[in-house]
Amino acid sequence: MAVNSTVRPAARLSESTLRDMYWTMLLARRLDERAWALHRQGRIAFHISGIGQEAAQVAAAFAINRGVDFVAPYYRDLALLLALGMPTTDFMLSLFGKHDISSGGRQMPFHWSFKHLNVVSGSAVVTTQVPQAAGLAFAVKYRQQTGMVDPQDTTQPRLALTCLGEGSTSQGEWHEAMNWAGVHKLPMICFVQNNMYAISEKPHQQMAVANVADRASAYGVAGAVVDGNDVLAVYDAMVEAVERAYNGDGATLLEAKMYRLTPHSSDDDDRTYRSREEIELWKARDGIPRFRQHLIDVGVLTEAEAGDYDARARAETDRAQQEADAAPMPAPEEALGDLYAKGELD
Amino acid sequence: MPEITLIEALRQAMDEELARDPRVFVVGEDVGPRGGVFRATQGLYEKYGANRLVDSPLAELSIVAVGIGAAVADLRPICEIQFADFIYPAFNQIVNEGSRMYYRSNGAWCVPMVIRVPYGGGIGGGLYHSQSIEAYFSHVPGLKIVVPSTPYDAKGLLKSAVRDPNPVMVLEPKKGYRAIKGEIPDGEFTVPIGPARIAREGRDVSVFAYGMMAYYAAQAAETVAQEGIDAEVIDLRTLLPLDQDAILNSVKKTGKALIVHEDMQTMGYGAEVAAVIATDGFEYLDGPVRRLTGPDVPGVPYSHPMQEFFMPNPEKIADAIRDLAEY
Repeated sequence: MAVNSTVRPAARLSESTLRDMYWTMLLARRLDERAWALHRQGRIAFHISGIGQEAAQVAAAFAINRGVDFVAPYYRDLALLLALGMPTTDFMLSLFGKHDISSGGRQMPFHWSFKHLNVVSGSAVVTTQVPQAAGLAFAVKYRQQTGMVDPQDTTQPRLALTCLGEGSTSQGEWHEAMNWAGVHKLPMICFVQNNMYAISEKPHQQMAVANVADRASAYGVAGAVVDGNDVLAVYDAMVEAVERAYNGDGATLLEAKMYRLTPHSSDDDDRTYRSREEIELWKARDGIPRFRQHLIDVGVLTEAEAGDYDARARAETDRAQQEADAAPMPAPEEALGDLYAKGELD
Repeated sequence: MPEITLIEALRQAMDEELARDPRVFVVGEDVGPRGGVFRATQGLYEKYGANRLVDSPLAELSIVAVGIGAAVADLRPICEIQFADFIYPAFNQIVNEGSRMYYRSNGAWCVPMVIRVPYGGGIGGGLYHSQSIEAYFSHVPGLKIVVPSTPYDAKGLLKSAVRDPNPVMVLEPKKGYRAIKGEIPDGEFTVPIGPARIAREGRDVSVFAYGMMAYYAAQAAETVAQEGIDAEVIDLRTLLPLDQDAILNSVKKTGKALIVHEDMQTMGYGAEVAAVIATDGFEYLDGPVRRLTGPDVPGVPYSHPMQEFFMPNPEKIADAIRDLAEY
């Protein structure tokens, strides 16, 4: 897809795609809220939320070749994963510690892994996925340069997208990853979801510059800042980064500014470090009602259809929870499985 | 059969695997035109080019992390850490990431990578070019660790490591890179990861060692043989997973166990070998399980007399065998 410089990429999105994006954001919100409720009911041990970040995540997913391009996500990426094709029920299974695709109940929820979607398993140690994403992008370039794949082959991964929060960019391995991306001109997109908080710490406690993306030039990669609550703006910025990667023009450090509307996790009390007024201010900028209003304004959705979406999202959340509820728990001995893979010499 | 050095065996293994599988590449500091600081990749850059002999930024963490990503993407990276002493920045990526990937993804994602690590002292390398690191990493389920002490095993184990679908650390006794020579057959062969090797059969005392210490233990065994002590030397070769049967079978025969490693003693690899014997070989024992190791100090000192004091050697091993044989 060639970029027509006179038309923004988001303007080329079909009505059905726009609806699909809205639906995914909405479903992520409802599932996330349900997880909070289940935690309050004592039914799940842990929740870590992506509320307030859905718009940016859905935009990012829709801009890549979903299910084919490599993705190394982070724990707040519920909406991103839904957009990539994670089954709703699988999310609920993971909350209950049942046989989810990601880890078979071994990992805490939100440690996504879907091999059939080229979503690579991650840990809870922040930023570890970023230099691994450099390795994924290195592999993409390696296969192209050694003639193993055609760079235009859309059935093959052509980039690696990785996500992280702004706090994670303080880790040394973030520097190493960005340096690799620059030195080797890798088809990588480092998508920083700057939600203004690393648990309680604010961006100025992480860095002495205004934006994470200000550091891009130091690594010899492209950098951009975008309003993370504006799904179409993020989509435009992400498409630019995707084109850059697909064309062999290197990596992008894309920073979406947004706000974490919930506490860090189910074990956090955010009243100790931020005001209710601040949260209300950002709720008014929430990307989901904003996109809903936009779609109504441009005639893609009617009020009645939007109401129908709300009902469907709740119904799908109920359905997924019931299905996961009915699924069996893993056998205790499954703790011993999958230690070593069997190889050609075994 | 031609006689070659340990490092030539490693170089041959990489050469053959690079030729066999286009997914195999080498990544590390100075592995390209320089051919590696120890010359392990000498000539390979000229043969396979810059795509496959990748000079990395000077940063161990990302050498391993990029390797993990590439392995997940079904390439076959051989990551070179220049000295074992420099591996700690990559500790998290090895322990938390590469070694846990298969388990944590419910068996979906494999990490078929090799981490080559020159290790060990006695080369004037001081605190930061001499370390043994096996104790830290042999506590990591999901990782495999091999330590060759002969050119045959070096070549065969490295080739097996490249073909293994799991992360495999190859600890290379760098003091033996050129000191250890041995015959290898022409043509294709591999050495399986897992089984230990009986380096010398004997009846009186079992000596368990690996790497440079296995090489020294075999020399010590020949020395004491002239005094009528028949020592058996077991070269463990694979530290993770450990070949417990080989240990127990040997102790069953000799009744006495001496464990030798140059790493520090406390919580060292020998403690696990001793625990295996204590747990399942107790009734075979005719004497205490003994360890001959480096002392519990922060590293191998640079100055020659202190270095030699630190390092086990054939004479010290022979003395330890004599003591145990007399018990």
